[in-house]
Amino acid sequence: MDYKLTFKDYSKALTKGTLLGLKCKTCGNITTPPKMSCQECGGTDLEVVEVKKKGKIVTFTNVSVAPEGRQNEVPYIIALVRLDEGPWIMGNLIDIDPAAANMDLIGRDVSVGFKIFPGDKFSPGDQARPVFSFS
Amino acid sequence: MRKVAIVGTGHTPFTFATEKTSIELFSEAAMDAINEAGLKPKDMQALYLGNCLGDFSEGQAMMQSYAANDIGAFHIPATRFEGACASSSLAVRDAFIWVASGFYDVVLVGGVERAASMGTSLATRTFAMFTDSHYEYPAGLTFPAMFAMLAHLYSHKYGVPLERLKEQMAQVSVQSHAYGISNPKAQFHKEITKEDVLNGFMVTSPLQLLDCCPFSDGAAALVLVSEEKAKELTDKPVFITGIGQASSGRLSAQKDDLPRLRAREESAKQAYDLAGIKPSDVDLCELHDCFSIASLIAAESLGFFEFGKAGEAWEKGETKIGGKIPINVSGGLKAKGHPIGATGASQVSEIYHQLRGEAGERQVEGAKIGLTDTLGGDGVICTLVMEKGW
Repeated sequence: MDYKLTFKDYSKALTKGTLLGLKCKTCGNITTPPKMSCQECGGTDLEVVEVKKKGKIVTFTNVSVAPEGRQNEVPYIIALVRLDEGPWIMGNLIDIDPAAANMDLIGRDVSVGFKIFPGDKFSPGDQARPVFSFS
Repeated sequence: MRKVAIVGTGHTPFTFATEKTSIELFSEAAMDAINEAGLKPKDMQALYLGNCLGDFSEGQAMMQSYAANDIGAFHIPATRFEGACASSSLAVRDAFIWVASGFYDVVLVGGVERAASMGTSLATRTFAMFTDSHYEYPAGLTFPAMFAMLAHLYSHKYGVPLERLKEQMAQVSVQSHAYGISNPKAQFHKEITKEDVLNGFMVTSPLQLLDCCPFSDGAAALVLVSEEKAKELTDKPVFITGIGQASSGRLSAQKDDLPRLRAREESAKQAYDLAGIKPSDVDLCELHDCFSIASLIAAESLGFFEFGKAGEAWEKGETKIGGKIPINVSGGLKAKGHPIGATGASQVSEIYHQLRGEAGERQVEGAKIGLTDTLGGDGVICTLVMEKGW
């Protein structure tokens, strides 16, 4: 069975400002980031759809200790966002001083953009990552 | 299904960076386990070895084969188990299945890691490999960052104000350090205070340095045998009576289950059901406290406390010896150390000695049933139940 929405295609679309996902023809739920099967029901009859780039922050952390090769990025905020259409995605929260991150962030509305992670010796080259800004 | 007993254990000290190789460390633990069992290396029919990062820490993959040869268990089938920090628990579970099935009578199982030898930067990078490399690592996800996010989510979801939760988390680390003092194999033999935790360096908010377990080097090994074989070797066998294992997807895919890890609940249910026990039957537990918040999350999903209430239990001393359910009296990953591939076997070793009444100052008197809980990354969980067999 062909993989309907690969990382490469998802990543490429994100760098053009489009967030793609998979709509399940069995249960109607949307899965993104993409997989072979629907995250809700496991169905594999899926269609690629454009997902609205709006959601709310569910949780976050301000990172001070980075992995090898990424020390120049700290401090940075990682957030999990629940998209209005259901799925959760992980990315970086921008346009806020990381030191000011506190519990009030939870529930804030954000919109989804992107940034490129150029990868490291363990990664397969450029990878698009979601970034979140207040909307 | 046959009954399976543990009849020998070996455990190197858990330490900061060591100059010994992984194979040297594992061989020391393995020979101690084999000698304690009253067996010889040639009696081992298979080796199941947990190891995660040998490829990165010393350029050594496939060490299971060389490890078997190193101890003189020539040409036995040797298999490596990789399940992040749960690697050797997975190895124990599989060893149990193969002995229970009747295929083997004697299996050597354990794990080894040299995480401290990698240094913080490379260790942080390689531990981040236990997250989704394509959809979550690009955001700079680290392993502590994952649990930091779960801590904020825990505070929000259960209505425990962050400041209050931080104090409860600090108490987890304080208790683990207090017990670590009486474990000669522990990496830290040092009491700490709540203030020490709350004044520590902020690693990734809200986790401070002493909310996090250390990077460690070390190895642990066990000999598992059939009930019939155990009768020849000991009059104090410890039986593995429950096993569970479950998996899950990347963190974002776990959505509304969080901060609970659904896989843990699936795995624990399997283990409780097979053993025919309930959480209240467990006399002591070694659980996966890679971070202070991880202890609260684990203790709740294992059924010891209500959701959102585990922090209070730690504060009231319910997790101490003499309390409702003694947790991590070995010092846990926090004080004993966490050489990831060895951790599961180390937890089992602690339960084994506790059930045999050999734990010295940290003995839980009269313990008959013990449970281990080991978490690998955000996607692998293993639960094991052990019972006193005499």
